[in-house]
Amino acid sequence: MKQIVILSGKGGTGKTSVAAAFAHLAAEGQVPVPAVLADADVDAANLELVLAPQVLQEEDFWGGQVAKIDHLECTGCGECVQVCRFDAIHQVEDLYHVDLIACEGCAACVYSCPVEAISMQDQIAGKWFRSESRYGPLFHAALQPGAENSGKLVTLIKQHARLLALDDGYELVIVDGPPGIGCPVISAVSGADLALIVTEPSVAGVHDMRRILGTTDHFGVRALVCINKADLYQTGAEEIEVYCQGQGIEVVGAIPYDLSVINAMVHGYPVTVHQPDGLASEAIREVWMRVTAELVEVVK
Amino acid sequence: MIIAVASGKGGTGKTTVATSLALAISESSPVILDCDVEAPNAHLFLKPQFDQRQQVSMLIPEVDESRCTGCGHCAEVCQFHAIVVLAGKVLVFPELCHGCGSCGSNCPEEAILEVSRPLGILEAGTAMDGIRFSHGVLNIGEPMAVPVIRQLKHWEPFPNGEVVIRDVSPGTSCPVVESIRGADFVILVTEPTPFGLHDLRLAAQLTRELDLPAGVIVNRDGVGDVGVDETCRQEGLPIMMRIPLDRRIGEAIARGVTIVESFPEYVPHFQELYDRILSLSEEQQQTAKS
Repeated sequence: MKQIVILSGKGGTGKTSVAAAFAHLAAEGQVPVPAVLADADVDAANLELVLAPQVLQEEDFWGGQVAKIDHLECTGCGECVQVCRFDAIHQVEDLYHVDLIACEGCAACVYSCPVEAISMQDQIAGKWFRSESRYGPLFHAALQPGAENSGKLVTLIKQHARLLALDDGYELVIVDGPPGIGCPVISAVSGADLALIVTEPSVAGVHDMRRILGTTDHFGVRALVCINKADLYQTGAEEIEVYCQGQGIEVVGAIPYDLSVINAMVHGYPVTVHQPDGLASEAIREVWMRVTAELVEVVK
Repeated sequence: MIIAVASGKGGTGKTTVATSLALAISESSPVILDCDVEAPNAHLFLKPQFDQRQQVSMLIPEVDESRCTGCGHCAEVCQFHAIVVLAGKVLVFPELCHGCGSCGSNCPEEAILEVSRPLGILEAGTAMDGIRFSHGVLNIGEPMAVPVIRQLKHWEPFPNGEVVIRDVSPGTSCPVVESIRGADFVILVTEPTPFGLHDLRLAAQLTRELDLPAGVIVNRDGVGDVGVDETCRQEGLPIMMRIPLDRRIGEAIARGVTIVESFPEYVPHFQELYDRILSLSEEQQQTAKS
């Protein structure tokens, strides 16, 4: 059982569009690869919009904790304000209030309060779902806007995907990753056998591609690159090829800018389903072939 | 006036809007803060000459073993399992530490010092048209973006910034919260596709939770047309500007050139956008007072 994570650095390069197409090709392509899908972009989850999932199980996600001040016990000494390093406790008239969004859940205030007027409360920070999609099981989540602990939720989603894959004999877990390089990305990368970096040839795309490749390298995960919207900026595409060659990273495909990807999204399908003869679909099928060949290599 | 440019979905055009807005109102000496510390891009367009730099670090515990008795109280108070005691020895996991200082302040032997752990850097300088520019860059492999964003906001390498434009990262979780908190207005840049609108609703919810006035810019208008007007109406968000789907714009942005430089006819549109934001922001303040 292997795990592949799709990342980018820059947002909007086409990770989810490629992930959706991979889900389709894994289930119904020339060489089927039974796969479990995981949407690790938990605060802006989009994969479900093109895979028509039926939710089978819905669970609350308990993120971190937040402090709660018991106003009856509070003597107004202000010690909590002094120790809080996150500017999360404010005095309003005579009462002290915890800013639930600013509170990091460190409990420093709890331990500093001389009258034990503060306690920590568990917080529901979102939900996660186990669904059956058109192309296989899908684990996805909805983090509440403003919530923390996205990394924890990503880890949870992936763990469930992995366990199901192992229990039920799936060969692959496909993880649709978030943009950026911080904590949710690091959680998404963890345990992956392969990372596919979907980049674009714009100056911003290339800049951020270097950062995500630095990240996968930092965590010892083998990376492949595929250039989406490849014909948007020839110079940028060439720069990517040169950079990757220099780093010993394979470029496994170039997908041309093709509005069929958006058309497919609007209709709620992966592009390889909606417009299989389009330029994007052709290119994505090639990328999928290269990626699956690499996954076999990874074992060796 | 602090304007944050956010979105929900990645790649909708936040940096595109932030950089052109700054150039269009350059006479007002705007300050740009690129708060997307994981993947900062604004500098690629505005090309600042950096002459100020500051390292961002956080404090993590270091145990003085000569004083430590292995009592384990530090591990008890730590909510993040960043400090543990095994067989009388203390282990610190720096990546899990939130820098709250609780372990140190609760150690009965005063055996815990705080030492600096680098997270990233802040850079500032003057960019084209005299725009004052600063950004944060998170170290690769470092999970925590929020402390870098926080320090960027507090840095203030340019005093007396009357107009501050913050370029924000995609998403709706803690780095975005930190980036938009304290702003006077949030521009939500969306694209009229199912992904764009889905995430716009999440971002709009966030601005409501933080009680921040917001307005929408529809970028790549015409690309999908899945009821962006209806979505904005439902979310109570005014559509302040539309940028049409135009491959030439995409190609200019791909080359690292802002919209207003490639297509100067957009300058008055971005100036009008700024005026619209000023009046919307004032309207919201009036409504809040009454």
